[in-house]
Amino acid sequence: MSSEALTARAGIDMARVRAWLPAYGVYVAIVLLVLYNIFFTPYFLTWSNLRIQLIQVAPIVIVALGMALVIGTEGIDLSVGSVMALAASLIPLYLGYGVVGAILVSLLAGLGVGLVNGTLVARVGLQPIVATLALFVGGRGLALVISGGQLKDVRNDNLIFLGSGDLFGLPVLVWIAAVLVLIVAFVVRRTVFGRRLLAIGGNRASAELAGLPVQRVLIAVYVTCSVLASIAGLLAVARIQSSDASAVGLLIELSAITAVVVGGTPLTGGRVRVLGTVAGALLMQLVVATMIKHNLQPSTTEMVQAVIILIAVYVARERKTR
Amino acid sequence: MALLEVVNVSKVFPGVRALDDVSFTLQPGEVHALVGENGAGKSTLIKVLTGVYQPDGGELRYCDEPVSFATPMDAQRSGISTIYQEVNLVPLMSVAHNLFLGREPRNRFGLLDENRMNREAAEILGPYGVTTDVRRQLGTLALGAQQMVALARAVMIDARVVIMDEPTSSLEPREVETLFGVIRDLHARGIGIIYVSHRLDELYQICDAVTILRDGRLVHTGQLAELERLRLVSLMLGRDASQVRKEGATAFEADQHEGTGGAPVLRATNLRSRHKLHDISFDVKPGEVVGLGGLLGAGRSETIKAVGGAYPLDGGEIEVDGRHLKRHSTVQAVKAGIAIQPEDRKAEGIVAGLSVRENIALAVLPRMARMGLVSDAKIDEIVDVYMKRLRIKASSPHQAVGDLSGGNQQKVLLARLLATQPKVLLLDEPTRGIDVGAKVEVQTLIDELAAEGLGVVLVSSDAEELIEGAHRVVVLRDGVVVGMLTGAEVTTEDLLATIAAAAPEDKDEQ
Repeated sequence: MSSEALTARAGIDMARVRAWLPAYGVYVAIVLLVLYNIFFTPYFLTWSNLRIQLIQVAPIVIVALGMALVIGTEGIDLSVGSVMALAASLIPLYLGYGVVGAILVSLLAGLGVGLVNGTLVARVGLQPIVATLALFVGGRGLALVISGGQLKDVRNDNLIFLGSGDLFGLPVLVWIAAVLVLIVAFVVRRTVFGRRLLAIGGNRASAELAGLPVQRVLIAVYVTCSVLASIAGLLAVARIQSSDASAVGLLIELSAITAVVVGGTPLTGGRVRVLGTVAGALLMQLVVATMIKHNLQPSTTEMVQAVIILIAVYVARERKTR
Repeated sequence: MALLEVVNVSKVFPGVRALDDVSFTLQPGEVHALVGENGAGKSTLIKVLTGVYQPDGGELRYCDEPVSFATPMDAQRSGISTIYQEVNLVPLMSVAHNLFLGREPRNRFGLLDENRMNREAAEILGPYGVTTDVRRQLGTLALGAQQMVALARAVMIDARVVIMDEPTSSLEPREVETLFGVIRDLHARGIGIIYVSHRLDELYQICDAVTILRDGRLVHTGQLAELERLRLVSLMLGRDASQVRKEGATAFEADQHEGTGGAPVLRATNLRSRHKLHDISFDVKPGEVVGLGGLLGAGRSETIKAVGGAYPLDGGEIEVDGRHLKRHSTVQAVKAGIAIQPEDRKAEGIVAGLSVRENIALAVLPRMARMGLVSDAKIDEIVDVYMKRLRIKASSPHQAVGDLSGGNQQKVLLARLLATQPKVLLLDEPTRGIDVGAKVEVQTLIDELAAEGLGVVLVSSDAEELIEGAHRVVVLRDGVVVGMLTGAEVTTEDLLATIAAAAPEDKDEQ
């Protein structure tokens, strides 16, 4: 009898764990990793180390926010890295019109890319992976053409402040990322746009029959994603004080997708976990940092990242078939 | 000698007896119609015959020998070919490649003999009316021509039995004639054909024998010529025309008022859509429930979706409250006051992952918001109203709709429609797959809504629901309005008679 009761309890616990794991597993992993580092990594708990980690993760968080919205509609956006490069290549070109002008131009470039992506997906009906592949390839090419394929130094006090300055003891970069996180979380939770986005991701046919402006919402989602990527791109220029269209944002689409998936947002759409996405980006950053601190090869780091992604996707799959 | 025999076959799925002790016999050279409504067991039977499913009981006999097909490949090798409704070929490969897929002619080096393949393909396809260049990609052909290629391929494999699942659903009238020519030829060569279709005129034109299934059971098998159309329809629907119970089997009020009259709230004129709708016109007055009657495939769901802006139209006009809808889209339709409840609740109705309240508020979010910010208080208000009114049973408004019972899911969907304060409700099978209690509630609700002045269009394959629920019934067949029942004519007898009546242009029947 007691063994029966035991298995029954274990069964319930398993079900609960399965429901709980994809959503909150990432936080547990972060706590474990931080604890490990506190005890085994020298100089981990120093302000300068934490500061570097936050600065490095900020652009990934910003790009991943947009990616989370797109994935919430059952889509994907491969062009974010190219958008960063495009935004970066425009900065030195328009800096002569002032910082504000240059920033506006690079944001407009993001908006343009988003319009193309969104139109291809929503109106033409291409699969998101194919539609955004076009600008994944073409966007960076255009950026290289604009920059003439050269690395350009960018010297502007305002930009340097954005990239390296501090505000109330935290890097400006981190403040910007934090504010964007709050805005996106608010949009998902409180606005008509956010709720429509989730409904479209959950069941597009149903959203269409309910009379939702499905195409308009989808286009807006891709525009948001691209604009966020262009913000990340211009911040990258501000941080390294140079614009290199061939390097900025390289492979960031993979980091962003990883952050979203590890953070518990299902690839099947209909749900967006904003804070989970931030945690996902932080976790991957911590993993890499831990590996580097312990002098492991970059190749080992990549394999560990791959394992984490597989675990995240597997756990999410378990939940779906439950 | 029987070519193919099914003896007392049963097939059980969890919770459903899909086939219950079904038997029938296919003779060589016979064209055998297999008919039944949704869920009758036709598809299951075909899948048992083609090795997709293994029967749980009973026996298959092929050429008087007991057989069992472990896989579809097994069945095909033995000479049983199937042509499905959707073409099962490779659209990016050439016509000839598709025809010879897996059996390509080879030259003496073992390489593909392209010239011979193309030559033979052209010869084979000639009689099927496909005269296009066989090197063209299959996907560039019209759907009808693709179907012909599929048919040619099926017959080529030394088939002795050909199963056709609604082969004419995507064919033009001229192509149907070609198909019938091919069938007659197969018939002369002694090949047995199982022909699944809902088009009665076609059945009587081409079929020798008929087997009728209903709810997984055999209800009739025999020569088609000996079976009257009316009898065929009543056997399919399970409504014996002579003994319809007068007391009624649904929750609809027995004597209904005839609507409030006046100008129609919805008027659809000459709706046309390729293959499916040919000339559909009807109107609905405020307070009136108009039923759409007809068999499966008659165009009822397509009509409803077309009115709701969710099905492409080639022509026709839709007016709501006397105002003509300019753009054909769901956004416009909902704005104009049309609310549509689709037939497939899970695929097109609810958003299973979202909560009850999100689902109810989905279509009216702008009204629940100021400057794009949603007001939870306003949503709670309407959610509360509709959860009470429709008696939606959920642990809380925040429960995911996917976890509710079918009946409650349907009520959530209806609540979403009502929240848009529509003028016209389009209901496609509102009580399918929900429990008896919820069914009664939904039927009562439809009555109430009509009494409040809404125009309702009701599609139901439950003849009683249609007869007792609707004030008028528009009867469709093959995408055409073939009759209108009003007042005292709204009876099961009249409905069956109208469905069964031969199309007027079909003079050379039999």
